[in-house]
Amino acid sequence: MDVNSNKYTIGFSIVMVVIVALLLAFASEGLKPMQNQNIEREKMQNILKSVGIEVTRDEAQDAYNKYITEEIVLNDKGEQIEGDAFKVDILKEYKSGGQKNFPIFIYESEGSKKYIIPLVGKGLWGPIWGYIALESDKNTVAGASFDHKGETPGLGAEINQGWFQEPFVGKKIFDESGDYQSIRVIKGGAPEGDKHGVDAISGGTITSNGVTEMLVRTLKIYEPYLKS
Amino acid sequence: MSESLFSKKNMKLIKDPLNDDNPITVQVLGICSALAITVKVETAFVMAISVLFVLIGANVIVSLLRKVIPSRIRIIVQLVIVASLVILVDQVLKAFVYDVSKQLSVFVGLIITNCIIMGRLEAFALGNKPGASFLDAVGNAFGYGMILIVVAFFRELFGSGTLTLPVVGKIEILTSLANNTGYEHNGLMILPPMALITVGIYIWIQRSRNRKLIEENH
Repeated sequence: MDVNSNKYTIGFSIVMVVIVALLLAFASEGLKPMQNQNIEREKMQNILKSVGIEVTRDEAQDAYNKYITEEIVLNDKGEQIEGDAFKVDILKEYKSGGQKNFPIFIYESEGSKKYIIPLVGKGLWGPIWGYIALESDKNTVAGASFDHKGETPGLGAEINQGWFQEPFVGKKIFDESGDYQSIRVIKGGAPEGDKHGVDAISGGTITSNGVTEMLVRTLKIYEPYLKS
Repeated sequence: MSESLFSKKNMKLIKDPLNDDNPITVQVLGICSALAITVKVETAFVMAISVLFVLIGANVIVSLLRKVIPSRIRIIVQLVIVASLVILVDQVLKAFVYDVSKQLSVFVGLIITNCIIMGRLEAFALGNKPGASFLDAVGNAFGYGMILIVVAFFRELFGSGTLTLPVVGKIEILTSLANNTGYEHNGLMILPPMALITVGIYIWIQRSRNRKLIEENH
């Protein structure tokens, strides 16, 4: 048989493509449940991290069931609606028109109640995201965890480090008169006693601004709920 | 088979890429990934295993098909084979070692464009039997992986003061020194330029010990 004839070449390509497609389709379908489980557990880990609970991926499911007692979906007016809060893809909610769903997770342990709000935003090179936990007064920050896809190592990438996240604890998102202030990441360092500001990262200005923008925009959406 | 799988000629296929014909330090192939994923020993290790798997798979498959692949579309055929294997590796990593797969991120996908793989397919697998191609793949993947792990060892040790080994996990080595004596980790080690310099130092040492590799001055 002439290996270099047109007929043979086309036939070879078709057979090859079909075999490869079948193989990859089976592999993808077969591994999907495990991959999804990893993604879900990572999300649980991140949610728990914002209230200061560090668990391994294997423990995530149990710890999540134990501590997160309620999952609520809010619409854009801050009213509670039906829905599965855990499955809401918050990035899509910002983009989509019409009815919006914003999830909020409630943590309860030993009498203390915390409200965990997911955040999404933009850094310098790509998406950044995180969770911020509020104390039962729905005002004081109990903890925050951020992560990023590809910020500059040593600069913007530091947002997932403890030294950046810890100063958020104790900050307030409303001022004394109850007006919305959010929390800002301040370049050059937040002044002593500033209830709404934390230190930015030197050399990571755009990522820091991204964190501020993410907090201001996202917490605003939850304002009606937090004030109720 | 007329000659044994472990004949002298075949053993040379495995040994050469480790030193005299190393894909990274002598052929200077696959440099990009060597720079990108050598911040931690564990990621370098997983990358090396992934390349080992892809290279063996691709080399053996191409070698088996070498008489039926139409020569006009052989590069496309090779790419399809490599790409499928890489996608398989990526899916498996996502399912079983999710954290490592996140760190490797796009670099698993970029194994497709790793010059070592296409280089070996073109230069070796298309003209040799599957057994020899298998050994050639093993040799080259080890040659590649060895450099990756050596570079990652020095970058992680001096850059972060730790060694993250597969299975064992993270071992703190210089961190207490950093906390107690004012020793500072060299942050530059974590950045890509230092990988290039580390590879350069490796090449320097290798050539000073292996005179064959030194080009003559004209």
